[in-house]
Formats: sequence, C-alpha cells, structure tokens
Amino acid sequence: MKDSVRERAQAALQDDYLRNAVKFTTERLRSGKQSAAAELGHWEEWRERGRAIRLHTIAHLDYYLAQFADNARQQGAHVHFAFTKEEAVAITLEIARRNKARSVVKSKSMVSEELHMNEALAEAGIETVETDLGEYIIQLANEPPSHIIIPAIHKNKEQIAEVLSREAGKQLPAETSVLAQFARQKLRQKFLQADIGMTGCNFAIAESGSIVLFENEGNARMVSTLPRTQITLMGMERIIPTWADLEVMATLLPRSATGQKLTVYLSGITGPKRTEDSDGPEELHIIIIDNGRSLQLGDPDFQELLNCIRCGACLNVCPVYRQIGGHSYGSTYSGPIGAVLTPALVKNAAEWNDIAYASSLCGACYEACPVKIPLHDMLVYLRHRTVTKGRPDLQEKLGMKGFRYLMSDYRRLRKALRLGRVGQKLLSRNGVIKAKLGPLKGWHRYRHTQLAAEQAFRDNWPVLKQELNRSLAQADPRIEERLQAWVAKRERGNEYDA
Amino acid sequence: MNVSLFITCLSDAVHPGVGKAIARLLARHGIAVDFPAIQTCCGQPAFNSGYWEEARAAAQTLLAAFDESDFVISPSGSCTGMIHHYFPKLFADDPVQLKKARSLAEKTFEFSQFFVNVLGLERLGARFPHKVTYHPSCHGSRILGVKNEPLTLLQNVEGLELVPLPYAEDCCGFGGTFAVKMSEISGAMVEEKVDHVLESEAEVLVGLDLGCLLNIAGHLRYRGKNLRVMHLAELLEEGVRGQ
Repeated sequence: MKDSVRERAQAALQDDYLRNAVKFTTERLRSGKQSAAAELGHWEEWRERGRAIRLHTIAHLDYYLAQFADNARQQGAHVHFAFTKEEAVAITLEIARRNKARSVVKSKSMVSEELHMNEALAEAGIETVETDLGEYIIQLANEPPSHIIIPAIHKNKEQIAEVLSREAGKQLPAETSVLAQFARQKLRQKFLQADIGMTGCNFAIAESGSIVLFENEGNARMVSTLPRTQITLMGMERIIPTWADLEVMATLLPRSATGQKLTVYLSGITGPKRTEDSDGPEELHIIIIDNGRSLQLGDPDFQELLNCIRCGACLNVCPVYRQIGGHSYGSTYSGPIGAVLTPALVKNAAEWNDIAYASSLCGACYEACPVKIPLHDMLVYLRHRTVTKGRPDLQEKLGMKGFRYLMSDYRRLRKALRLGRVGQKLLSRNGVIKAKLGPLKGWHRYRHTQLAAEQAFRDNWPVLKQELNRSLAQADPRIEERLQAWVAKRERGNEYDA
Repeated sequence: MNVSLFITCLSDAVHPGVGKAIARLLARHGIAVDFPAIQTCCGQPAFNSGYWEEARAAAQTLLAAFDESDFVISPSGSCTGMIHHYFPKLFADDPVQLKKARSLAEKTFEFSQFFVNVLGLERLGARFPHKVTYHPSCHGSRILGVKNEPLTLLQNVEGLELVPLPYAEDCCGFGGTFAVKMSEISGAMVEEKVDHVLESEAEVLVGLDLGCLLNIAGHLRYRGKNLRVMHLAELLEEGVRGQ
C-alpha cells in the first residue's frame, strides 16, 4: 500500500474505471435515499429520533450490554467479550477447533474485515467463503471492501465478469443475470457443506438478547440456518434497547443505505435452534468486540462516533469519496466515517493522521447521516489533535505562525496587503497569475488566478465612505422599526439567559 | 443603529468589489454602514487546520472590532458560519471572550440573510437580463442554513432567468488549505463542478462565498471559458444601478 492518502488518491484519480463505477453507483444510492426520505416525510424528525436513541444507548452502554448478554445467555446463546482483535480471533479459532470445523460461510460483516478474520481462518487451515455477492467478488479478487455496504462498488460489470470467469475456469459474459447465477450455484454448495456460519450484526436488542440482520440476498439467512454452528461478530456499540427502537432504525437504515423502504430480508435471531424449530444452528456464539470502541466513551469530541449505524450514506454523498473511492483511505472503513473512525479506533495513531486532511469539510456527510453525527467537525478535531499532540506538517506550522502574526494586528495585515500588490505584479502576465511557486503550485495546476484589485478594501474605505455619505438615502422608518425590533428581541432573549 | 461591515479577509485582499456592493446596497436603503478597521479575519483557515491558538489571535480582532455594533453584515456564509458555530468552541475556556463571542454570533448575518430576514427586503429593484445559475456554498447552506434567502433575492430580479445548476449542492472543491494540500482531489472536484456549470448553459454564475467563487472562476479561466462569476451582492448592485 502506498504511504499517504494523497499518493493513494493520486493513483485512484488516474483510474477512470474506478471513478466511473463509483460515481455511477453512489449517484444511484444518494438519489434513491433522497426520494425514499421525501416519500416517507418528516425525515428530520426521524433523524432526531434516531439520534436520541443512539445517544441514550451509548450513554448507558454498560447497562444495555449487560442486559443483552444476560438475555442472550438465557436464550441459550454463548456470549463472549473480546477486548482486542487478537482476542476475538482467538475465541473464533477456539470455537472452530472444538467443532473440528474445516469450512466457514460468511455473510457480510464489516467488523470481520476490521479483525482480518478471513486471513486468520485461512492460516488455521479453514476455508472461508464470503456469500454476499459483493464480498464474494472482492474475496476472489483478493481486495478489501471499498464501501461499507457495496464492497465491490469500484468494479464495473466487465471487471466483475473477469474475476468470476477466473473462478469458473471459463469466460462468463458480462451480464448480471449470468454472473449472479454462477455465484448462486457456486455458493449453494458451500452453504450445504459449511461447518460454521459467520454473520455480522446490524443491531442487537437488549430487551430480548436478539440479533438483527438486514440484507438483500438471503445469504445471511442461509448462513444463520444451515450450518450447525453460528458465530456472530458484533461491535460492542451495535446495541439498541428495545424492539420498538428497531422500528426507528429499520426506518432509517435501509432508506439511508440504498433508498429501500426495507431490505429484502430482515432477520431477528433469538438463541440457537429450539426443539420445535425446523432449522437453525445448534450452537450460537455471539462475540462482542471492543477493538478500540471504548476509547471513544467519555470523549466529548468523539463519543458520537459510536452512534454510527453503518449505512454508508456519508460515503454516497461525499464529493471526495466520489473522486478517489474507498481504497484510497487505506483501511477497512472508508469515506467520511472511515476518515474519523480509523484513527479513533487506534487512539489517533500518527500513521492515520493524514486522512483527516482529505476533506473539504463540506458537511455533506453530516447532512446525510441518519443519526446526525457531526463528522465534518470531528475531522477538524482530529486535525487539532495532530497539531497539539501529534506531528504537524512543518511547512503548515510555519504558515500558521505567519497567519497569526499578520491577523492579530490590522496594521500588519494592511502592510502585507500593500506588499502583496507589488508582489502579484511580479508573478502575473496580462493580468493573470499562473505561477506554480510554493503553495501556489497545486492551486495553479488547475486554475488561473486573476490579479487582485489595485487597492485592498481597507485602503479604499476612505474614498468609499465619502461616496456613501453623498449617496445615503433617507432612512426608511419601516426598516428602522424592523432593526429596532430585532435588537429588542435579542435583548429580551438575553434577559432569560441571565 | 450601528451597522458594521465584516469584510472578510478574502474580499478585503482580493475582491473588494463585494464589500463595496454591500455598502452601496445598504446606503440605498438609508443604512449607513461603518467599517471598524481593526478587524482582520475570522480565523477559519487556522481553525480548520487545527491551529486554534492562531485562530483565536485572528478571531479576537472581530470581538474587539464589533463590540459596539448592533448588526454585523458579512459577504460570506462560511465566515458567518465560523462565528456562529465555532467561535463558542474556540473561546470555550475564556468566559469574558465567550460572552462577547456569543453576542457577536447573535448579531452577525450573512448578506442575503440580513436583507431578507432582518430588513424584510426581497425585491431590491434590480434588473439583470441574463441567464444566471446559483451555486449554494456548503458552509453557508449546511452550517449556517442559508438556503432560500439568495433564491428569493434572485427570483425578484427583473429580467433574470434563473437556470438550475446540476448537482448544485456538491462541493466545488475549495475547502481552504485543502485546495493546496490535496490539490489533485480538489482539482478533480472543481473540474466536475465546472462541467455542471457549463452544462447549465448560464451566462453568469452567482454565489455567496468568495472562496468558492474564486476557485470556480480560476478553473473556468484555466479552461478558457469566459463565463462571468459574481457574488450575489455584486449582481444586485449592478442591477439597481441606474434604475
């Protein structure tokens, strides 16, 4: 992997297949989301409700986790807690060993990507097959996911046909139905043979100890019914208190993710197979994983990260993600949520500091987020931490010292503006600046700058002031009245504050 | 009534015409605007880069400059948003400055907000017989919530044909230091924005933030397109001249 997000982005920007594929699908998803939200109505109220549920749950996470674990155990599930990714992997391997498992079928799970579970199982000699079509494709291509819900979003149909043809041992046409049919036949055998089914967890319901899965392909239902043993990997923040809360989440999640009113399948799983059940696993293990999540608890700037419901809406609206795709972020989670979550999960390690700068801070992520996580603010907080606790860029540090010197006193600023007038003449030709000097290099690679006006506003002010005095219209009593009313309202408001 | 202009560093340094247009429009409605010279910058370039000490040094010049003002008008949704949403964070540990920051936020308005919401003026009597498209800057519309005000003002301009900008709400790629630090990504973003501007077939692109406008204008010039790029205040002021 290349060293910095900038280098990875440069490579991605050269890849037209990737950029077109990402643009095409994110476009479809975000417009789908917009229509779904509009059709439902009261979207802002739904978001507020979703946010309130998540805020409450995370504020009382210890209580709800204990309640969930107690209830799940009462229903016959084995509940494990893993503090680190190594612990989570060790618990999984121990379950596999006891069951003499040789093969695992998996439904989509971002947390398993975070743990690099497939590699760990492969090292232990266990075959692992991804059964979500997108995950299956990138597993065959030996790539990490580039989107939270559409892992192969960066590939077009032709590239997917190529990947599946290699597996098929013959050339498959780039037709969706043929490719899906091939995957279906292939995966059907795997489902029937597998010793362990491994799932993620969209939500865990504390009041009943149940886990809830949203999916469109039916593969998660196969994974959770056919194999004898089921392992569910669950981030410790996936909890919601009640089934009533799920109604709100089920309203927000599919709409935000794909613009669907509901996913094709929605499974609620409470405990392993009971005697009267016709199918289901005989053994159900739920591994609750921390892996850096608890570092956010009590942190006023980042605790809300745990509210995330992993819908991917922030990726679909992000103008940076659209240009560079998910792999440029360099970690399991990409896009705006990834840019914040990745450093947060490893306590803002310096190696991930650069991702926070790959954002124009446009706030589209916040606007799209169904639980209103202020990701655009968190990106600034991360930069602030780099400056105060990390290793900031020296050139930038120097620039900011200069900024402070000029901007703390208007007389210095005025001098600099006058000097700038002289300087820009040296750089310009025919009233336009194209010079690629210092910090102007990147700017002028894509832009030509018009010369600034002869005089700064502050230097022109005495002349303008005279003109304004001459031309000032007579005061309009209605306008006066309105201004006075605004001031009066403000002062009344302040009385209550005091 | 003490109405002050917060010029913003970009308009002060690069494009004073925007500040002039606002002052002239206010004078036409009998409002004498003053310009406290000790103001410098809201500090956003430093704040967004994580340099909060440096940001405070700039921001406090605004607290001092507008202490006596009843209203502060700015040509930028982004800088106004900075005052409204991040000044309280910036001065959270200093009760005296925090009080001033809160009071400044209460009385600071972006230009179109001030005309439409405070003054109640929607029709300024401008005539501008051109095809115009509008780019809603991210901070103005998302952080500050200025969405309808500029459209209201534009819809009331005689002869103006407002044409839709495809994917208008997408960021133009400016993002302050982002345009320099991540210049390739920023370049790709402004290229896409300009594609959409050209697709709109407008003669004039109008907006509320000089950062975005200079970015888009710079790339238009780079591609040899001579579409006019204007701040809404300039358009309106040009439109009322001689009316």
